[in-house]
Amino acid sequence: MKHTLAVLVENKSGVLSRVASLFSRRGYNIDSLAVGVTEDPDISRITIVVHGDDHVLEQVTKQLNKLIDVIKVSDIGGDDAVERELALIKVSADVNTRAEIIQIANIFRARIVDVAPKSMTVEVTGDESKIQAIEKLLRQFGIKEMVRTGKIAMVRGPKKV
Amino acid sequence: MTTGSTEKVNGAKALIKCLEKEGVDTLFGYPGGQIIPFYNELYDSDLRHILVRHEQAAAHAADGYARATGKTGVCVSTSGPGATNLVTGIATAYMDSVPIVALTGQVPRPLIGNDAFQEADITGITLPITKHNYLVQDAEEIPRIVKEAFHIASTGRPGPVLIDLPKDVQNIEIDLQYPDKVELRGYKPTYKGNTQQIKRAAEEIANSCRPIIYAGGGVISSNASAELVELAETLMAPVTTTLMGISAIPTEHPLYVGMLGMHGCKYANYAVQESDLIIAVGARFDDRVTGKLESFAPNARVIHIDVDPAEISKNVKVHVPIVGDAKQILKSLIKYIQRCNSAEWIEKINQWKKEYPLAYRYVSSDTIMPQFVVEQISEVCKDAIIVTEVGQHQMWAAQYFKYRKPRTFLTSGGLGTMGYGLPAAMGAKVGKPDKTVINIAGDGSFQMNSQELATLVQNDIPVVSVILNNGYLGMVRQWQELFYDRRYSHTFIKGSVDFVKLAEAYGALGLRAEKPSEVRPAIEEAVGSGRPAVVEVIVECEANVYPMVPAGAAINEIIDLEEH
Repeated sequence: MKHTLAVLVENKSGVLSRVASLFSRRGYNIDSLAVGVTEDPDISRITIVVHGDDHVLEQVTKQLNKLIDVIKVSDIGGDDAVERELALIKVSADVNTRAEIIQIANIFRARIVDVAPKSMTVEVTGDESKIQAIEKLLRQFGIKEMVRTGKIAMVRGPKKV
Repeated sequence: MTTGSTEKVNGAKALIKCLEKEGVDTLFGYPGGQIIPFYNELYDSDLRHILVRHEQAAAHAADGYARATGKTGVCVSTSGPGATNLVTGIATAYMDSVPIVALTGQVPRPLIGNDAFQEADITGITLPITKHNYLVQDAEEIPRIVKEAFHIASTGRPGPVLIDLPKDVQNIEIDLQYPDKVELRGYKPTYKGNTQQIKRAAEEIANSCRPIIYAGGGVISSNASAELVELAETLMAPVTTTLMGISAIPTEHPLYVGMLGMHGCKYANYAVQESDLIIAVGARFDDRVTGKLESFAPNARVIHIDVDPAEISKNVKVHVPIVGDAKQILKSLIKYIQRCNSAEWIEKINQWKKEYPLAYRYVSSDTIMPQFVVEQISEVCKDAIIVTEVGQHQMWAAQYFKYRKPRTFLTSGGLGTMGYGLPAAMGAKVGKPDKTVINIAGDGSFQMNSQELATLVQNDIPVVSVILNNGYLGMVRQWQELFYDRRYSHTFIKGSVDFVKLAEAYGALGLRAEKPSEVRPAIEEAVGSGRPAVVEVIVECEANVYPMVPAGAAINEIIDLEEH
């Protein structure tokens, strides 16, 4: 089962490697990891998607909490959270296919952020399934390059992590 | 320097002042290019510095000092190879939760990352084997970092902390002001156990007829031995310990059933397997203890007391977790409990004790059995601190010495580090100069750090090493004998060195015992000499450690002397 963890850490150099290396050395698999600073410039927030049963999740959480620079760990997966990923997809395009690609982008509320004679770049945000869906549709034109940010997530409503 | 006032000093001097503020009196180290500014300031300081012959020994000595005294040990090295030589010692301390602070020199900040001479990314290298580590980027941070390092190393679940100091940072002048308090948002260890959980534990205890207390190294590090014994006596429950827990309760206490696990007493393993309640205190259900997990104590409920929440239910499912300091929790728990209905159970265990005692057989009247040597040490040096290397001799030292007080058995339990004994014994003797300190060694392990005889002699540290020389890497040979069809692949090391001459070459006392009657006089002479000494005892070369649980078996599937 997939879990989404919000990990608040001290915004210091080396903290990300402490977190990431903990996963590798304890044999836990990271599905995705995204990191950025929060409203408090001294605190960064790492969103980690990890695969595993309850036992694995419990251990991951406890081991993360043992790191001195980790301030808080919360499991925020499920319906209560807004989850987003951003993807840039560079797709092969020419005069014949351009319109269709724009149409697909519109349906997904994606944006065309670059156009060249033989390619277009689509920017899309959404949950994982939405990005997978647009990727599948664009694949028929030929995807030249794709980059995804990894998931970020936030609990709905007034509650904070 | 008083708190509140400031003075101008360079980074190196600031570091020394901060160490003094932390109550440090002794450092174990080895200088080098990138730590010279620190050593330059050390020249004028009152701190005792013991110059080891290899940095690994500095880390083990700091570790031995910490285990024997309960204080935080400190070791120092230069950058690059000096720092990487500390790694085995740091990993050893990490696995056994020992508070040490390692100080390493680093190349000047402008050179970091350029593969400069003697540069190593030691904070990166030690990430998985330190509780925390620091690369000092700014000399002004030194006081805060030192304060934090000692706090982190010695509180919660203790462990090693490393501070990496670029050479230029050591030379920069700062206004030194030592902080009073540590402020770490992400680090707030729990000490007081949850009262509800403690009450639940008391209920479980009230319902138990076959309880067993399973004590680990955490009992010793939280100085909870008295509470452990009180708990056992109040409940009338037997106590078993892990290797790390040895000396938490006197060996001869009637409720003590010895060590459990791979080389545990048969009766301890039987008692655990047939118990209906395990009260685990400061222990982590290591694989050397549990054997095959699925068959470990199948009918037991488990109460687990540990300061590290990550240990709860890591290996064994726990029914009542209590996170906090062992001493505090045991004190509270004792208030809620009374004697268990365990008379029949104790009777059964006493029966097992009679039926399956620890025992060994003489091969002939001329050969010295290694277990006999440990028994002799036990009789001659009753209140000694016993330190071991790693291997068969370590298990015999665990099985046959009679421990009376906590912090008298120092051994590399988690990492199993050969070469630990001699330098750790040095650290223990420096920390506890009034105690007799004996390093029980094997001929293989001893050679991994035998160069420290020079340090002992130079600094007049009278540690006695008793080498049980069987001419083999004995524990591996035992496995090869039992599980690999006696194919003794590269475990025969007989004749590698004359240990008596080796000792003498370093200026230490060297003695040899070749017959059983020579053992005791040699030990007495070595201990009485007041000098660093080596007693080489030529022991039966194919003696084995029994009982033994084969790897992967349940702990009651135990091979005993008689069956082999």
